[in-house]
Amino acid sequence: MSLLKKTATEQAQALAAKQISATELVQEHYAQIKAVDNEVKAFLYLDEKNALAQAATIDKKRAAGEKLSPLAGIPLALKDVMAQANVPTTCGSKILEGWRPPYDATLVTKLKANDVVILGKTNMDEFAMGSSTENSAFGPTHNPWDLTRIPGGSSGGSAAAVAAFEAPISIGTDTGGSIRQPAAVCGIVGVKPTYGSVSRYGLIAFSSSLDQAGPFARTVEDAAMVHAAIAGFDPKDSTSINSPVPDFVSAARKKDVKGLKIGVVKELSGDGYQTGVAEKFSQTLDLLVSLGAQIVEVSCPNFQYALAAYYLVAPSECSSNLARFDAMRYGLRVGDDGQRSAEEVMNLTRQAGFGREVKRRIILGTYALSSGYYDAYYGSAQKVRTLIKQDFDNAFKSADVLVSPTAPTTAFKIGEKANDPLAMYLNDIATIPVNMAGICGLSLPNGLASEDQLPSGFQIMAPAMADDRLYLVGGAIEAALKDKWGKPFWEFAPKLKGSKC
Amino acid sequence: MLTFSEAMTKFEPTLGLEVHVELNTKSKMFCGCATEFGAAPNTQTCPVCLGLPGSLPVVNKRAIESTILIGLALNCEIAPFSRFARKNYFYPDMPKNFQTSQYDEPICKNGFLDVQIETDEGPKKFRIEIERVHMEEDTGKSSHVGGATGRIHGAEYSLLDYNRAGIPLIEIVTKMITGTGKYAPQVARAYVTELRDIVKSLQVSDVRMEQGSLRCDANVSLAPISSGKLGTRSETKNVNSLRSIERAVQSEIERHANLLSKGERVVQETRHFLEDSGLTRPGRSKEQAEDYRYFPEPDLVPVAPTKELIESLRKKLPEKPSERRKRLQQEWNVPDKEMTAMVNADLLDTVAQTIEAGAEKTLARSWWMGEISRIANEKNVVPTQLIAINDVVELINLISTGELTDKLARQVLAGVIDGEGNPKSVMEKRGLKVVSDDSALMQAIAAAIAAQPETAEKVRAGNIPASGALIGAVMKSTGGQANAARVRELLLKHLGQQP
Amino acid sequence: MAGISREEVANLARLARIQMSDEELDHLSGEMQVILSAVAKVQEVANSDVPPTSHPIPITNVTREDVVTKSLTVEQALSGAPKKSEDRFQVPQILGEE
Repeated sequence: MSLLKKTATEQAQALAAKQISATELVQEHYAQIKAVDNEVKAFLYLDEKNALAQAATIDKKRAAGEKLSPLAGIPLALKDVMAQANVPTTCGSKILEGWRPPYDATLVTKLKANDVVILGKTNMDEFAMGSSTENSAFGPTHNPWDLTRIPGGSSGGSAAAVAAFEAPISIGTDTGGSIRQPAAVCGIVGVKPTYGSVSRYGLIAFSSSLDQAGPFARTVEDAAMVHAAIAGFDPKDSTSINSPVPDFVSAARKKDVKGLKIGVVKELSGDGYQTGVAEKFSQTLDLLVSLGAQIVEVSCPNFQYALAAYYLVAPSECSSNLARFDAMRYGLRVGDDGQRSAEEVMNLTRQAGFGREVKRRIILGTYALSSGYYDAYYGSAQKVRTLIKQDFDNAFKSADVLVSPTAPTTAFKIGEKANDPLAMYLNDIATIPVNMAGICGLSLPNGLASEDQLPSGFQIMAPAMADDRLYLVGGAIEAALKDKWGKPFWEFAPKLKGSKC
Repeated sequence: MLTFSEAMTKFEPTLGLEVHVELNTKSKMFCGCATEFGAAPNTQTCPVCLGLPGSLPVVNKRAIESTILIGLALNCEIAPFSRFARKNYFYPDMPKNFQTSQYDEPICKNGFLDVQIETDEGPKKFRIEIERVHMEEDTGKSSHVGGATGRIHGAEYSLLDYNRAGIPLIEIVTKMITGTGKYAPQVARAYVTELRDIVKSLQVSDVRMEQGSLRCDANVSLAPISSGKLGTRSETKNVNSLRSIERAVQSEIERHANLLSKGERVVQETRHFLEDSGLTRPGRSKEQAEDYRYFPEPDLVPVAPTKELIESLRKKLPEKPSERRKRLQQEWNVPDKEMTAMVNADLLDTVAQTIEAGAEKTLARSWWMGEISRIANEKNVVPTQLIAINDVVELINLISTGELTDKLARQVLAGVIDGEGNPKSVMEKRGLKVVSDDSALMQAIAAAIAAQPETAEKVRAGNIPASGALIGAVMKSTGGQANAARVRELLLKHLGQQP
Repeated sequence: MAGISREEVANLARLARIQMSDEELDHLSGEMQVILSAVAKVQEVANSDVPPTSHPIPITNVTREDVVTKSLTVEQALSGAPKKSEDRFQVPQILGEE
């Protein structure tokens, strides 16, 4: 079997046993990228020279008998929203084209400390605003299951890279579902950690109170391993939680849900889901029952306001966060002809540098914060957040985890919803409440929808700092499904033209 | 044109003062960059204070403690829960295009500060109520290049240095100050002086107005006396000395009064103080009002000082400047009026330091407030810029020991000010020395007696006061360099009288 | 539901420092109308007795000691500058500057 199709855990074992070298592993992944990425378009930048140099160093360290991280030598794809020193970092926007940060994000520092090899930066909706990666200034990424379809978003590049075997693991960020929804439509595992459990230092902010970075992988255990490497308190992030991180990997390996109470959120399981997605969801519930879990129904009446509140909180914060892109200190500068004032150059640069969706949200957020409208919009949205948190608190009194379909549909066609912002926003209906309350969520593939044979996603939600429960339940479902299918989920994926595996 | 005193017969001023104090923390408000004044451009910057994408702020603990200290010294309530907010507006010297500040939840509020000024009816106390004390960050500095020597196309641009960006800034805002009448300018000055002295005594800021570590914005409005109304205000920005505060308030009152008495409207606007003329001019008017879109800063968590922290800081409060003044006044035995004059001239600390360094109390006061201030005023500088404290101490000690007369000391002072060196070397260079050689004095005395034999006879007959004319003659003939007391002693003895 | 006029959108664009063509303004005013009527739903439950949540995880008093750490070099600080001069960021003329 090709190395490419092995899980990160298996690749790590092969590296530890010196059956393969990090250099070989990294080279194989670049070969796969070169074979398929002209069609998938998951990557915006490949850092091949540095990655190979790093792999060689790791091989030397291993040969010298140094004690290495379990992730040492494993290739990873990094969403282009994370600052990486001296590597182009664009956020999928023209306004940052060519910018190379003079510093590393804390998450990048942690990956480097674990000797993870960062292959390159992946495509995304501009400034993480979108659910399809169509909002990237550098063109859309294509879903490896069907190249005419979207890979989800905003972390579509990172999800597609893992689904296309271009990398075994990757990093995305999730503000309203931007890890879980692409994971669902690309048929992989994606985790949105508890807010404050993974440092945001170096994550280029879209919505500061909602953004959180997390892993993509093909298995629950691989995701747990990456999550363990990037989690933990960071004194550079004031919102970082200073408490011990649970053992995610052990939880993923336990595969035992007997006696666990699984809460089905009434408001996230009714109409509005594609038939095949709804079918897969109820089959997964049956599977959980067969594994000894108990299904309870919970009600979260205020979730119906979550989407509206999200589309006020996120744009408001983004209108302020994106103010710094003003052509003065870095990035694009348009119209500096020696005559125009700084203010005129700012206006022209922001007109040319931001895409439609970004402008839409900046204007919406500017409105929601402006005097006379603050209380009605931003203020009200913050109150809704309180209500959503209360709904979760109540629900977790009767359930250990909550579940729902991750996304209402399987991957839709590129271009299908591009001109209807509201229809696009509905993709995140089931994922947004988690971000609003700062809790954690995981999506894993639970089969192919009957009508289109495309991946469907199953979402697990757990209380803040109880991310280990995601892995406990996710690991059990994954193992049971693999038994049922007789093969891992990715073996259902069609082979891409030119693919090395 | 109405004069100030004419204006004050018709109108009542209302003041509002906003003072910004740069704290003297070692590192910035939200990052570890140094805060040295005058460092080479952009050498004290990092991703956080440059507002680079992805960077995040973390609050400087000492800045919070310093702010609470200021709040306590200003008799404020310390909020058990306070938050940072973003003030959103675009300006190139502000790297994030929002200022991290505090809005509706400041850390200190509802305080007061008493100031005393000299009025026609003697010293009078005014209580200035403090609305709030809050934390924020300073901006970078921009400088304009080109255009000064005629407009050359394409030659104008600006340069930005972000060393100052992110230095902790404390804003102290008064409530409306009413009831000052014609004393408004003095009250404004006394308030800023007192505030400066308090902050200085807390050792949380350098409070150097000339370096911009203390800056004042003055809001002024006028209403007809007893109208019970509030006029339209103007805000004069960045007034950079204590004297300028007084002048700016006075000139704004005059400007408003003249507009109002002609039936014209006062425009609500920002104005700039002009140091040369003492007048203000309008700032660039904005076509539309700014809307700062304040909202709670999501990258920072609330500040909730514990009672223990507040009480431990309260214990650190030093002697209040007003109490210190009372104590010094008693120690020095100075009348109220002179004390107030010293405070208003901003010379109290200087005099205190001069005395602490060993100078005689009365002389220390009279030299600083008298001759030195007179020359400083002529040269339009502050007295401490004229001469160093240790030179004044040396000068006064030379007077005390009789090595210099008052008259000679003035000449020595002039020499020191002209850069001829310290008092002793000026004395040497200029040959200024009290003639204390008795034989030289006796020669001069003999000459005086020879010139005025009748006067000498009177003295011999016991008419001591008559000796004055002879002493005067001796002093004149020695060019003022004689010690008058010694001359008198020798003269009387020579004429057979007991001195 | 309060509507939003084209002039209001133009003013928001000015506040947000984004130049907009007539076509962009027309398009965006229409979209804003639709989006605002959808998000106004939050007002249905946002009663005065509900406290606002601005941080999902309630933490207080996160501070750092007043210790100087290493700054960037001037070269690093200016590395992204579109233009630079005399170790400073060179920008078009700032209006209203002294």
